[in-house]
Amino acid sequence: MRVFLSLLTIIIGGFAVFWLLTQPQTLDASQISSDAGDPIAGRIIFFAGGCASCHATLGQDDATHLGGGLGLKTPFGTFNVPNISPSKSDGIGNWSMIEFANALKRGVSPEGSHYYPSFPYTSYQRMTLKDVADLKAFMDTLQPVASNVADHDLPFPFTVRRGLGLWKQLYLDKRSFVADPNASDKINRGAYLVNSLGHCSECHTPRNLIGGPDDSRFLSGGPNPEGEGRIPNITPHPDGIGSWSETDIAYSLESGFTPDFDSFGGSMAAVQKNMAQLSASDREAIAAYLKSIPALANAE
Amino acid sequence: MRALILAGTLILGGAFTAQAEDAAKLRQDMMGTVGAATGMSAAMVKGEAPFDARVAVLALRAMNATASGFGHMFPEGSETGHDTEAKDTIWSDRAGFEAAVEKFRTDTAAAIASPPADLDSFKVAFGTVTKNCGACHQVYRVKKN
Repeated sequence: MRVFLSLLTIIIGGFAVFWLLTQPQTLDASQISSDAGDPIAGRIIFFAGGCASCHATLGQDDATHLGGGLGLKTPFGTFNVPNISPSKSDGIGNWSMIEFANALKRGVSPEGSHYYPSFPYTSYQRMTLKDVADLKAFMDTLQPVASNVADHDLPFPFTVRRGLGLWKQLYLDKRSFVADPNASDKINRGAYLVNSLGHCSECHTPRNLIGGPDDSRFLSGGPNPEGEGRIPNITPHPDGIGSWSETDIAYSLESGFTPDFDSFGGSMAAVQKNMAQLSASDREAIAAYLKSIPALANAE
Repeated sequence: MRALILAGTLILGGAFTAQAEDAAKLRQDMMGTVGAATGMSAAMVKGEAPFDARVAVLALRAMNATASGFGHMFPEGSETGHDTEAKDTIWSDRAGFEAAVEKFRTDTAAAIASPPADLDSFKVAFGTVTKNCGACHQVYRVKKN
């Protein structure tokens, strides 16, 4: 009997610890300004953040038509990308500003459940709240899209969303971007774009077995998280883009052309279409930042 | 001129006699020709080189020559080897791939048929033709190295 009670206590205690550790952590309402966001600024944020690359309706060219449906194949299963148009029935038309901010910066849904990190909130967490507000203002102007996207197709135990709370303890530090006082405004702007909106690290930094980024290998590339092939090293190392000038990098984001006029392929072609919508100075800022980060060799 | 003859020989020779093991290398060389043509074109478009209508047409012809032979360069058995970045969708979605190659061929052919006489019209032609690069690479190419 005592053994049974001890076991029961341990099990209940363990569950309680799990429950506490995996609690969704959300922003405080006092952090959200009541000022309306700027939809014109929001359009740039939309493209810098690359929302369309995942969320735009398949088989059509309008980046602002956000019916979802793309299936992202990963080692953890297939994630079916949701509708984020302003549709009140099928999209996020009913979301308040704090709900939108919690999705982006905390990876938490309005119902209080964790999002999977295939939604790159580990990068978006670094966004400023002003950018969040501007983005929402822009997205609220878009066309509501009717669509029925299936749930994610994942094997057990990845179906247990609550468990993501443990993953977040490791990989969601909830810190916003902090400018480096010793770096130029240009490099800081590039650092902000790359680390938050651009979410470049989500593909270009290799991941460990549980899908967490290995930040000691920041932007040095690795196996494609979507399965086939490799993601390039974009650090200033010879294994990466060390031979590229700042101008080369900025031009490649504008045009898709590498210094020897190869053309970006795979997912990077879609990313480049978004980068082409930014200002030249934002692309130059990204380039300047990429020339300033530690040069890392390829892992293997 | 020599580059064009060389490109033409490679393409004709490649298209008619491509062995699976040679196909990957030949098609990479063909795309290298497209890269060189694109680079020269971009230099003119960006104002880094003076516009020359003969160079513009040469570049378009080099792209068109590659596009005309490219579909023949992916026989069964050439899916791997030679660090190929050809994605398996080329074989599983053959119709889509051939349509993409054909679009590149017709876009370049149209530009050759109305050759750009000045920089402004070349910029338009360059824009149209180079949309094919990303569109095809996004679906049919995968980095493997």
